[in-house]
Amino acid sequence: MSTVTDTKRKAPAGERVADWADGRLGIYGLAKANMRKIFPDHWSFMLGEICLYSFIIIILTGVYLTLFFDPSMSEVVYHGSYEPMQGIQMSAAYASTLDISFDIRGGLLVRQIHHWAAVIFLAGMFVHMFRVFFTGAYRKPREINWLFGFLLFVLGMFTGFTGYSLPDDLLSGTGVRFTQGAILSMPIVGTYISMFMFGGEFPGTDIIPRFYSVHILLLPGIMLGLVVAHLILVFFHKHTQFAGPGKTNKNVVGMPLLPVYMAKAGGFFFLVFGFIAAIAAIATINPIWGIGPYRPDQVSTGAQPDWYMGFAEGFVRVMPGWEINLWGHTLVLGVLIPLVLFGVVLGALALYPFIESWITGDKREHHILDKPRNAPTRTALGVAWVTIYFVMLIGGGNDIWATHFHLSLNAISWFVRIAFFAGPVLAFIVTRRICLGLQRRDKEKVLHGRESGTIKRLPHGEFVEIHEPLGPEARYALTAHEQYEPLEVGPTVDENGVERKPSALQKLRARLSRSYYGEGNQIPKPTAEEYKEITSGHGHH
Amino acid sequence: MSSQEIPEEGLPAEQDTAHGAVKVADDPFADPGLPAHKPRIQDIDERAAKRSERTVALMFTLSMLATVGFIASYVIFPVDKIVFIWPIGHVSALHFSLGLTLGAALFLIGAGAVHWARTLMSDVEVADDRHPIEATPEVKAKVLADFADGARESAIGRRKLIRNTMFGALALVPLSGVVLLRDLGPLPEEKLRKTLWAKGKQLVNMNTNQPLRPEDVTVGSLTFAMPEGLEEDAHDFQTQIAKAALMIVRIEPDDIKDKQSREWGHEGIVAFSKICTHVGCPISLYEQQTHHVLCPCHQSTFDLSDGARVIFGPAGHPLPQLRIGVNSEGNLEALGDFAEPVGPAFWERG
Amino acid sequence: MKKLSARRRHPLAAVVVLLLALAATGGLYAAFAPAGKAQADDTAQSLAIDEGKKLYSVGCASCHGTGGQGTTDGPSLVGVGSAAVDFQVGTGRMPAQQPGAQVPKKPVIYDQAQIDQLAAYVASLGAGPITPTESQVDPSGADVAKGGELFRTNCAQCHNFTGKGGALTDGKYAPNLEGVSPKHIYEAMQTGPQAMPSFPDSTMPEQEKKDIIAYIKTVNGDETASPGGLSLGGLGPVSEGLFGWIFGLGGLIAIAVWVAAHTAKAKKS
Repeated sequence: MSTVTDTKRKAPAGERVADWADGRLGIYGLAKANMRKIFPDHWSFMLGEICLYSFIIIILTGVYLTLFFDPSMSEVVYHGSYEPMQGIQMSAAYASTLDISFDIRGGLLVRQIHHWAAVIFLAGMFVHMFRVFFTGAYRKPREINWLFGFLLFVLGMFTGFTGYSLPDDLLSGTGVRFTQGAILSMPIVGTYISMFMFGGEFPGTDIIPRFYSVHILLLPGIMLGLVVAHLILVFFHKHTQFAGPGKTNKNVVGMPLLPVYMAKAGGFFFLVFGFIAAIAAIATINPIWGIGPYRPDQVSTGAQPDWYMGFAEGFVRVMPGWEINLWGHTLVLGVLIPLVLFGVVLGALALYPFIESWITGDKREHHILDKPRNAPTRTALGVAWVTIYFVMLIGGGNDIWATHFHLSLNAISWFVRIAFFAGPVLAFIVTRRICLGLQRRDKEKVLHGRESGTIKRLPHGEFVEIHEPLGPEARYALTAHEQYEPLEVGPTVDENGVERKPSALQKLRARLSRSYYGEGNQIPKPTAEEYKEITSGHGHH
Repeated sequence: MSSQEIPEEGLPAEQDTAHGAVKVADDPFADPGLPAHKPRIQDIDERAAKRSERTVALMFTLSMLATVGFIASYVIFPVDKIVFIWPIGHVSALHFSLGLTLGAALFLIGAGAVHWARTLMSDVEVADDRHPIEATPEVKAKVLADFADGARESAIGRRKLIRNTMFGALALVPLSGVVLLRDLGPLPEEKLRKTLWAKGKQLVNMNTNQPLRPEDVTVGSLTFAMPEGLEEDAHDFQTQIAKAALMIVRIEPDDIKDKQSREWGHEGIVAFSKICTHVGCPISLYEQQTHHVLCPCHQSTFDLSDGARVIFGPAGHPLPQLRIGVNSEGNLEALGDFAEPVGPAFWERG
Repeated sequence: MKKLSARRRHPLAAVVVLLLALAATGGLYAAFAPAGKAQADDTAQSLAIDEGKKLYSVGCASCHGTGGQGTTDGPSLVGVGSAAVDFQVGTGRMPAQQPGAQVPKKPVIYDQAQIDQLAAYVASLGAGPITPTESQVDPSGADVAKGGELFRTNCAQCHNFTGKGGALTDGKYAPNLEGVSPKHIYEAMQTGPQAMPSFPDSTMPEQEKKDIIAYIKTVNGDETASPGGLSLGGLGPVSEGLFGWIFGLGGLIAIAVWVAAHTAKAKKS
């Protein structure tokens, strides 16, 4: 006790506050582990920060918007300051959104920051997720964090959807109508879910208040929890890094949180916020005043969802109208199949890390990132997935592409139908070839050096380009990656001469492993012998 | 790498990344270790460092000015003032100035901090060791033993009755929550099958709120109608119009290919549900030359001259047609409700 | 000149232009209104028909037939009325240059007097919608909000919320309504050109057409305010999504590259 009072007298104010907090929260212990935590420097490691910061921006601006937004579907007659809506009947939700846009100073700015940040949040998550995918950062021990991130992306989509539906404008109302139609297509339970969700028939007067509580409370609450968990795991696992001199699977090389990353990451928050505020100043998003209040008997062409729902829209648009009527019941395959595909395509992404680790059988921790080229099959699968996604995104905006590129709507739909099947296959083949080509080039570089651009004339008149040998750092970086051997099913007869039959699953696993790592599916790394032979024997051609 | 060093079955020989710099000297691909730190200009030239300091301070100062500008804009510009800003267009002066000053104020703080970090804070790269995430065997054994102790002391394994009834109680209790959701909405019953249309209801022009007369509807025209008695300010207007909205066109009777469709119309005037049978968008992109009508949401296309048959897109069945006639006052009237449910298909539709 | 273009952007410039335009419209109306009556004069009318017939046989007859009865290349013009001619020729759609899903808008090749003569000739083939007068299409004093509601019920499904246009089947499209004159909008509603259905006075009275024109002029004109900044074409989420990806996320990634990049090293220490 006496020692505590002693230090109290001597210590500066900041330290005394810290002492106080430490006595209650144990902050010194936390700080010891984390204050000088090392983060590697690479621009692609900041994509997640873009998402985190736009999420914070969305929460800040969202809280402001709740102060003025009236989530009610009771009908009012508009008498605000936007002339072309004077005297029009609309819901209170729509009217209050008009007020936010036209009568509350800065309201339009905050609304647009909120919406732009949402668009960027989802785009950021998409890119972040594929950075993680293509570098193999989801491997052990980070599979759970991959799932957390995946869930954040999916929940973000639905938070976005419920959010842009709140103003109850003609465009978003059409989207809600679509949702209701899609729910109706579910066998057996569809009509019940629809009635329960809308409090009766569509549109009723309940859906906006219900979406409101889902949008501002339920989904963001879950997301906030997931974001915190996601960040804790990033701290706990420590960040991955690219292969390079001094960077091993057992260390992390970079700069300390305090002060460099405190300044860089903290500063980046302000950069992101400032940039999005400037975007919101410059470009309109969702001008609901031009769109009009929702009425179930009105519609506008160009009825699209925000981009992150666009690929689901694409599935729905290009699906043929199959409908089965049997025994007094209707199976609405034309809507149901797109709904299922929506889940399957997203689900494949969530499951991929587990599938890959099953194929490789690798149970080790991985902290060194793969260059995409060094995992050709994974990279090709990823590009195939992205191809499906973007083909469907085109499908989701087929009418806009039609008018702006002077094409036929129907032709685009047909293109998307075909590209859904052919696109990913083509993308897979092309990507894998490119990856293998790049691997070959890396090998060339290691063995023969870098093309210097200097041309030398030999005594007998021949011109050759001088290849500069790589330094040890570059040589290491280009050869540090691991290469798996393809799995074999193993001998069909065991050591005692007893026949053993490999199970179908084992065979599948071996076949998949071959297609990942078999001959021709990856370029063997140069060996030390090859290198020595070439460098000692003047092996330049 | 600890305990997981040895991979199972066919896992390939492990590469040397994990072994780091400790490697045979003549391996050409050995890890040369972290390169030596090279100083930046600011590290060796105090004048350059001073310049950086001034740049950072300038950014922070400009940020302060931008915030002042934000407050000034808030006070100065009226909320409805529109100005022309090239090349953006006619924008709200308040919105634009608030956005740019806020953006600048925030961005400059960030730019200043990052510039500070990049030029003045140490950029020496350091390596931090990783530790395996898995617990050591001793820790694991301790935890398992503790757990076994706890489990034994609770007697959960021995007193099965307690365990089973507890699981039962825990499994049942969330049911209350599910039951509470029951009153979210009514049961479907026949709601999706019925609309406001009924025998004798006149077709009211949505534009004029007047009953439609056959002579009003010319060939090639497009008209929208609702049932008489439905008022725009009625409390259930939205719900009713969502099912009852009607699209009326007139086609030369000889051009109508579907016989029933022709009979259900009046002298070539045919009335179809405006609600798409796919997922319920109000469909009405009527091309009067081909009699095709397109849905703007998912591009289902229906041929109104052929009983609204689906000719393209994801809709699964034709638009329902309303049977119409002319009443004694010479107005168009419905001869009943739609013969089938309007809008999207559903399980019980049949 | 420079001064003029600088002042063109002055907030008051719109008012000045509006006043000038109103004065000009009023003056023109005063000048031409009696002339309109004079055209009822039989001799003037038949003269115009004769002139129109000459123009017709040169420019139109190859597709629409010598007597306007129509051929496989063009529909019959009997009964389409002068409004249809005024619209089709006045917006440059006719004469059509090449077959296609839809005949597009082009530079107009006839002057208004010639168009009127053509219209008079075609109108003489059979009764149809008549070219509206200035006062019929003048949107001043119309109810913009009511026009908006009518627009969303009758027009937005093809032309988009604010008349930016949209796609139809098989390469056809509903055009952008920006810059289309009130008269041509009126005539299009009246006559239903090409794929567009008509909205005759019997189902959409003249006043409602004016309301719609007033709404279009308010939300889709050169002077239309876009308070939140760039309107991105007014096309909705597709262009917003593209903008968000390319400029929003693209810009942020560029910033991230700067934040993460190594600072320039001193050359040799």
